[in-house]
Amino acid sequence: MEVDQLQRSFVEYSRLLFHEGFLDGQFSQLQLLQDESNPDFVLEVVSLFFEDSERLLNDLTIALDQQNVEFKKIDAHVHQLKGSSSSIGAQRVKNVCIAFRNLCDEQNAEGCLRCLQQVKQEYLLVKTKLEALLRERHDKRVVHDLNCGFIFQLEQQIVAAGGAIPMLNEFC
Amino acid sequence: MNLGVNPMSFTSSSASWKSGDGVSDQFPAGLRVLVVDDDPTCLRILEKMLRSCLYEVTKCSRAEVALKLLRDNKDGYDIVISDVHMPDMDGFKLLEHVGLEMDLPVIMMSADDSKNVVMKGVTHGACDYLIKPVRMEALKNIWQHVVRKKKHEWKEKDFEQSGSVEEGERQQKPSEDVDYSSSANEGNWKSSKKRKDEEDEAEERDDSSTLKKPRVVWSVELHQQFVTAVNQLGIDKAVPKKILELMNVPGLTRENVASHLQKYRLYLRRLSGQHQNGLGNSFMGPSDATFGPMTALNGLDLQALASSGQLPPQSLATIQAAALGRATNKSAISVPMVDQRNIFSFESPKIRFVDGQQQHNNSTKQVNLLHGIPTNMDSKQLAALHQSAQPFSNMNRHVHSQSSQSNSLLTQMVQPQSRTQLLNEVGGSHVLNIPSSVGQPVLSQAIPSAVLGRNGIDNVHGPTYASVSQPSTVVDFSRSRRADLPGNSFSLVGNSGIPTLASKGMLQEDFNSEIKGNRGFVPSYDVFNELNQNRTEDWGLQSVGSNFEAPQHSNLQGRLDVAPSVLVQHGFSSDRHIGIPSVNKAAFSAADGVVNTTNLSQPLTSSLPDNALRIKAERLPDMGFQNSLFPDQFGQDDLMSALLKQQQEGIVPAETDFGFDGYHLDNLPV
Repeated sequence: MEVDQLQRSFVEYSRLLFHEGFLDGQFSQLQLLQDESNPDFVLEVVSLFFEDSERLLNDLTIALDQQNVEFKKIDAHVHQLKGSSSSIGAQRVKNVCIAFRNLCDEQNAEGCLRCLQQVKQEYLLVKTKLEALLRERHDKRVVHDLNCGFIFQLEQQIVAAGGAIPMLNEFC
Repeated sequence: MNLGVNPMSFTSSSASWKSGDGVSDQFPAGLRVLVVDDDPTCLRILEKMLRSCLYEVTKCSRAEVALKLLRDNKDGYDIVISDVHMPDMDGFKLLEHVGLEMDLPVIMMSADDSKNVVMKGVTHGACDYLIKPVRMEALKNIWQHVVRKKKHEWKEKDFEQSGSVEEGERQQKPSEDVDYSSSANEGNWKSSKKRKDEEDEAEERDDSSTLKKPRVVWSVELHQQFVTAVNQLGIDKAVPKKILELMNVPGLTRENVASHLQKYRLYLRRLSGQHQNGLGNSFMGPSDATFGPMTALNGLDLQALASSGQLPPQSLATIQAAALGRATNKSAISVPMVDQRNIFSFESPKIRFVDGQQQHNNSTKQVNLLHGIPTNMDSKQLAALHQSAQPFSNMNRHVHSQSSQSNSLLTQMVQPQSRTQLLNEVGGSHVLNIPSSVGQPVLSQAIPSAVLGRNGIDNVHGPTYASVSQPSTVVDFSRSRRADLPGNSFSLVGNSGIPTLASKGMLQEDFNSEIKGNRGFVPSYDVFNELNQNRTEDWGLQSVGSNFEAPQHSNLQGRLDVAPSVLVQHGFSSDRHIGIPSVNKAAFSAADGVVNTTNLSQPLTSSLPDNALRIKAERLPDMGFQNSLFPDQFGQDDLMSALLKQQQEGIVPAETDFGFDGYHLDNLPV
């Protein structure tokens, strides 16, 4: 029951994120990639994304803070952020990156600063949502695991007591 | 996606797939992919996707690491996927390395979808370009690139092997084969295109396949690049794919390289065959060098003949035109240039050489490129040269089907007339002291060689020339050189054991070949110039040649006639070398700025130095080996001393005469 509920809210929440444009089809691909052998794939990838993005955003902040702004360098960073955000399906972040690159081409330092703020904002948004999503998944799994563990314990007890384990539907 | 299936079950199939059959029809599970991307997110995703496709994935985030992995496991991977923008190494650079060293298919990928970047991928030889975010569907089909590549390689190998079978037979074959393989490749491309996913790359592919169609003219520069690439790889390991990568010439296809490589190999074979004549191999040196000189010889011969007046300018022009026309397509240009140079350089010695050449010509219809070699060589030398020339001409012919055809034409054309004429003239010109007979053969030989050269018989020229030992006379040198390398002979003009001379000869040859290469020294300058101009595009040297040719022609003609005059001017006793030194010097200085043309050329002809310089300059850079030859061997002082020595020894640096005598002509009545 709990699991079902969790599952439902997970699905709904995902739908919401898609609907709001925070995530795009690429994220679905990632979800499809997850399977039994790689149960934490999405979590892993998203975590990598967070790490990498925060590093990039940091570098961008420093670069734009310089006296002589090196637009080439900034462009390279933004390009990378664009790549990783598009790979994970963080659509809105990617879109801001595209705009950011144009500003770099124009060598517009002011515009770049503004854009950087925007990127940071979008990033934080998508991060929060992803974390929530994953938490739900995680929770669902936890519940699932807990349930499995509980069942197992029950079984152990039954056996220890010398009883037979009633055949139950597969819980897991 | 469920990876519940036991990967092991696929391993065996994949193993066989990997084993190198190449054209296995099994689904390529187990395809060994190496993924390179500095973005950890992407890298992880790609890895997962590829695993889902049942491929074997190795990931790394740095290009250096990737290269190391590839190098350590030469056969460990089937395909490489690399990001374009990476901090430690540009993705395209990695692409080049992989293509050159391991010859694996490489897929580029990037979030950047701008057309020029994608185009860059195409020109650098990437077999595909994926836009991030990469989807599963795109990765599923990457196996087609592996299969396609293997198919291509097999075809190329077959082609090359068949090409190297019989030199004689090859004349016609190469072009046909090339066409065949090209069309076959086209077919492959098209069919594989259909299989490709509908990404943008498909369009790129279409463009690149259509790009394959136009025939490539192997300019001197291009050939130089080619030779450099081949030398870098080692002639045994040089496969078209790698050469292509090394050369990094946009629009150049593997087929182009393959066919050119074929010719080149034939050329080398011929050159090595020439060595037996006792020609020094010094000049042969790099195959490139030989290549150049050979052409020069051809050109020179023609010009020599022309200049000697044996061959009526028109006929020479015609011949050359014909040769050029035929030779146009392939790298002919560079070769002709060499030939021409040889002719020139040999011109003075040519007289002597003529005898030998005549022998050759008489005996062989082949293009004896070396014939144009200075007549300094005594009959013995001539004979030797003749021998070498013969193979050379054979080689030349073989190398370039076109050229050979034209060569034979020329030869025939030339021989009858040039021989006698040249000989006569030669005799008359006093400079060469070569019996008229000698002169003619030279010319006839020159022409063929020129033709050959034109066709880009690099190989032929180079080796033969080098193989010419430097017997006492320049002629010898030139002769042998001629045979081998039209171009080479010139440099060695100093053959009589004067190393410098020899080298000079080489240089001259180079120069000559350069010059000749441009046009093959058609007696009629007009023709040549026109021809040259046509070639200019193809061969860097051409333009040079054209410039040069004019003078050369005059030189040639003048040489034959002028040779004496030239020599006279310089106070050459043997006549020849004066011309040569100046010429050479001019060449050198032109090219390297080392030789002071002024020194030598002054007496000869003021104009010549200019031309020579011009030509030389262009030539040397183009003919890499030549350049090296020149600077190394011929400092001006060296040249001068060599020349002087030659004089004493009676060696006539025909080269100078030929190459640079053009100027002389102006001064001398032709």
